[in-house]
Amino acid sequence: MTTNHDEPHGLSRRSLLKAGAATASIPALAAAAPATSRLPALPRAPDAPALMQVGFTVNGQKHQLMLDTRTTLLDALREHLLLTGTKKGCDHGQCGACTVILDGRRINSCLTLAVMHEGAEVTTIEGLGSPAKMHPLQAAFVKHDGYQCGYCTPGQICSAVGMLGELAAGIPSHVSDDLAARPEASTVEFRERMSGNICRCGAYSNIVEAISEVAGLKT
Amino acid sequence: MKPFTYERAGSAQQAVAAAARTPGAKFIAGGTNLLDLMKLQIESPSHLIDVNGLGFDRIEATPDGGLRIGALVRNTDLAADARVRRDYALLSRALLAGASGQLRNKATTAGNLLQRTRCAYFYDTNQPCNKRQSGSGCAAIEGVSRQLGVVGTSDACIATHPSDMAVALRALDASVETIGTGGRRSIPIADFHKLPGSTPQVETALAPGELIASVTLPPPVGGRQIYRKVRDRASYAFALVSVAAIVQEDGSGRVAVGGVAPRPWRVEAAEAELRRGAAPVTEALLAGARPTAQNEFKLLLVERTLDAVLSEARS
Repeated sequence: MTTNHDEPHGLSRRSLLKAGAATASIPALAAAAPATSRLPALPRAPDAPALMQVGFTVNGQKHQLMLDTRTTLLDALREHLLLTGTKKGCDHGQCGACTVILDGRRINSCLTLAVMHEGAEVTTIEGLGSPAKMHPLQAAFVKHDGYQCGYCTPGQICSAVGMLGELAAGIPSHVSDDLAARPEASTVEFRERMSGNICRCGAYSNIVEAISEVAGLKT
Repeated sequence: MKPFTYERAGSAQQAVAAAARTPGAKFIAGGTNLLDLMKLQIESPSHLIDVNGLGFDRIEATPDGGLRIGALVRNTDLAADARVRRDYALLSRALLAGASGQLRNKATTAGNLLQRTRCAYFYDTNQPCNKRQSGSGCAAIEGVSRQLGVVGTSDACIATHPSDMAVALRALDASVETIGTGGRRSIPIADFHKLPGSTPQVETALAPGELIASVTLPPPVGGRQIYRKVRDRASYAFALVSVAAIVQEDGSGRVAVGGVAPRPWRVEAAEAELRRGAAPVTEALLAGARPTAQNEFKLLLVERTLDAVLSEARS
């Protein structure tokens, strides 16, 4: 198949939504600008949103954003940078769909504020690979059918990248037999270490196969 | 979430001063529990003081042979530290039994101690909860209480402290060092978490605006160190019951229990019974327990889990 499934008619649902979001924000900004420039600076009302500037790098690209302090890193990625690959599942750190790699470590992007990450380096699923040049874990998830609906998949893959890094760094887990020894890759280790990523479709066994292949495990 | 202002503190003094002069301020470090609660408006600080830049992120040897753990050391790094794995295996094991890889990468040592209960009625803002809203009542006592406390509870609150790490720290006799406007002080872990009594909203010995700087472990005590956690799924779940034990070759030792009380539960006098087995230890440990019909099973579960731990220690 050579057809690009994302853009069968040169315009995908996703890029249409992005275009809509971008145009919707322009009039709002234009309307707000003259009003604020004419008014004297007033103290912030107690319940008014507080805005702050923050700069960080996402997938190698630097961004400066003016954000409501309440904006989570997840919402900054999805709603402000339009990187919708990272998913919002539970929004409470229970499902792992929002997993990204922050300064080399996997985290739940829903449980951290964007303004807390001045100067940080974030990698999302979009930064790991592209349909034309997939990350080995992305390719392995496709090969082993490591998903059904696909909603948890970006989080699963980002988590697996981080997890294999933790294993390589010698970080033990709950199922590591000997704390004094370096932990070894095994399906038991993968299952424990990936427990923060829930898949409601239940593709777990295929996810473990995909990770095992990339980790060089003989299954 | 309610709106809030935000600042990054450059020093502990600056953080403590900002907290003292700003009503409604809270410190934020890992944020994994605080932001969860802020989204539900169970916590609604008007100002956040980010303490991640304070440099409390090292694990250092103390002059007496112990270990000082910076308040900002992430759970992953603490569990993986070679000295902790060798000399305080109980702590590594407890940390690794809690949360998920992603959460442990963010969650800090101090934040783990300060996390709030996961009682479902504390989380459900439609329900009365004396901890969340003082004087509103406790929906848990007559409600679904299978997960909740059996000992150290009160008529006002039967919530448990959810931390695994704190249970290990209690068995290891750790202390918590803080910085406040009045200076520095050290709080023994035994005195750090408060029993609910009639004021379940008061959970720790910290004064308003007091900041945790570090947690100190005394010199290693050796022994077999075992943390056994019993939960409804194999990973990523809070404990129904957990047992932290340090058992010496002569059969003496220490035991702390999680998942049963508003704080890590340890009764030093019960440890005198260790050579006689799990039943007499449990009897002394859980004396005065007031379980509900739904969580009475925890009494037997503590005894059986401790029995399994003691068998493993002897093997």
